[in-house]
Amino acid sequence: MSNPSTRYLPAGLPIPVAEPDGLSAPYWEGLRQGKLLVQRCGRCNTWQFGPEWLCHRCHAFDPAWIEVEPRGRIYSWERAWHPSHAALRGHGPYIAVLVELPHADGIRMVGNLLGDPEQTVAIGADVEGVFEHHPEQDPTYSLLQWRRL
Amino acid sequence: MTGRDERTLRGRVAVIGIGETEYYRHGASPDPEFKLALKAILAACEDAGLDPREIDGFASYSDDRSEASRLAAALGTHRLRSATMQWGGGGGGCCAAVANAAAAIVAGLADCVVVFRSLAQGQYGRFGQAGGIHTVSGERSYLMPYGVLAPPQRFAMRVQRYMHEHGVRQEALRAIALASYHHAQANPRAVMQGKPLDVEKYDASRWIVEPFHLYDCCMENDGAAALVLVSAERAAEFRRKPAYLLGAAFGSGHRAAATAHNAPLYATASFDTVAPDLYRMAGVGPSDVGVVQAYENFTGGVVMALAEHGFFKPEEANDFLTFENLIAPSGRLPLNTSGGNLAECYMHGFELVLEAVRQVRGTSTSQAPRSDVALVIGGPMVSPASNLILGSEATL
Repeated sequence: MSNPSTRYLPAGLPIPVAEPDGLSAPYWEGLRQGKLLVQRCGRCNTWQFGPEWLCHRCHAFDPAWIEVEPRGRIYSWERAWHPSHAALRGHGPYIAVLVELPHADGIRMVGNLLGDPEQTVAIGADVEGVFEHHPEQDPTYSLLQWRRL
Repeated sequence: MTGRDERTLRGRVAVIGIGETEYYRHGASPDPEFKLALKAILAACEDAGLDPREIDGFASYSDDRSEASRLAAALGTHRLRSATMQWGGGGGGCCAAVANAAAAIVAGLADCVVVFRSLAQGQYGRFGQAGGIHTVSGERSYLMPYGVLAPPQRFAMRVQRYMHEHGVRQEALRAIALASYHHAQANPRAVMQGKPLDVEKYDASRWIVEPFHLYDCCMENDGAAALVLVSAERAAEFRRKPAYLLGAAFGSGHRAAATAHNAPLYATASFDTVAPDLYRMAGVGPSDVGVVQAYENFTGGVVMALAEHGFFKPEEANDFLTFENLIAPSGRLPLNTSGGNLAECYMHGFELVLEAVRQVRGTSTSQAPRSDVALVIGGPMVSPASNLILGSEATL
């Protein structure tokens, strides 16, 4: 499921880290361990992503972090051609997808769609997560990418 | 206590002067940003016939760096009474800043407020390039490592979803770009005057990010623009035909800013709640509006914003959004009659507010035949977004 030697986009893009107050630290630590963790309120069971200090529905503080299966379906997508960062110059097109997780009340997350960057993309298509680890980077981090089923 | 409908800005303040600097390509301004702001403010005062020392308030948005107290000191104003900054980035605040200034006047906090935006990207860097960042947290951490770096990539998926849900075709986006460029050809202030756009040139232009071609994306520019607001009672003291504020609104719907594209209503320009608020305050509806300036960060946002302001149903976008319908003076709904963010100048939408004033005055270079009620829509797809309606004296 993971291969530290492959990356979808070139090195040099910003590295994700938790905020100084640690709000998203469990999420990033989960990815490093090959797990997708998202928030789910312990009181009213509402799913929440990205994280916040309280449940947006019942206002209970510190929603629990729950592991969910990294699979979903494409809610929207884009194919970027223009390099908006020096690291992308000369790289060519790439695809970003917005994936919804039906088994977690439709929370959404952004990743890249692996495979041919010029492939046809269909909204509604099923995808599964692929962890992309970067142990060589400082700080180390992992991303969650997606591929068609 | 008074009900919300009695607490209104309708007809209480008027724009008495507008002014701008020369508009430049990004990085091309010979003047630093603060100097641009001063020039635009003085131009607006000159237009009104107002002694700049009478200004007692400043309002802006998007973290404008030309700070109110420094402006007051530089201009030697007699006193400072109001200094308001609208939270939020991009052009979402271009109408909200006017609303905040108007509210200060109506509430008795200030008498004569300047609203402005100044930008010198050669001095401070561009919006369309993300560089010099090693680590990111919060909202950006869920996007930037995946190449969702700058505004084009941040908004394309929202538009793609909207096009999917409502069957909107690329031609609808193209018509908006063509109308803006058409109007810019008549406007000597426009950066793109002398650089017309046609269907072939649009279709042949490169993708920035699908579904946005190059010409679906706003420019980036240097310059400044300003207007002067006073209470309606004082409007007749000044030499220009007043443009009265009929209404203004800002904000967004339920959890519109939920992190990492998790807004429950995703495929929206953020006016689902804001447009009804505006029409309610202004006491007019979409059929009363004769001319529209709609912020084009990207043409797709304009499609959504116009639909949310009731000009057509989303499913009717392809039929309504044609070049013929959008141009002055003959079109059904003349749109972005100065050239707007695409072709006049990207002054974060403040050039659109000035153009609405010109329409009410009857002095646009692409004058609409029905211009007593002029709508401005700011910063679609951001939160908070904002909008306003200006009207002539006949609409009061």
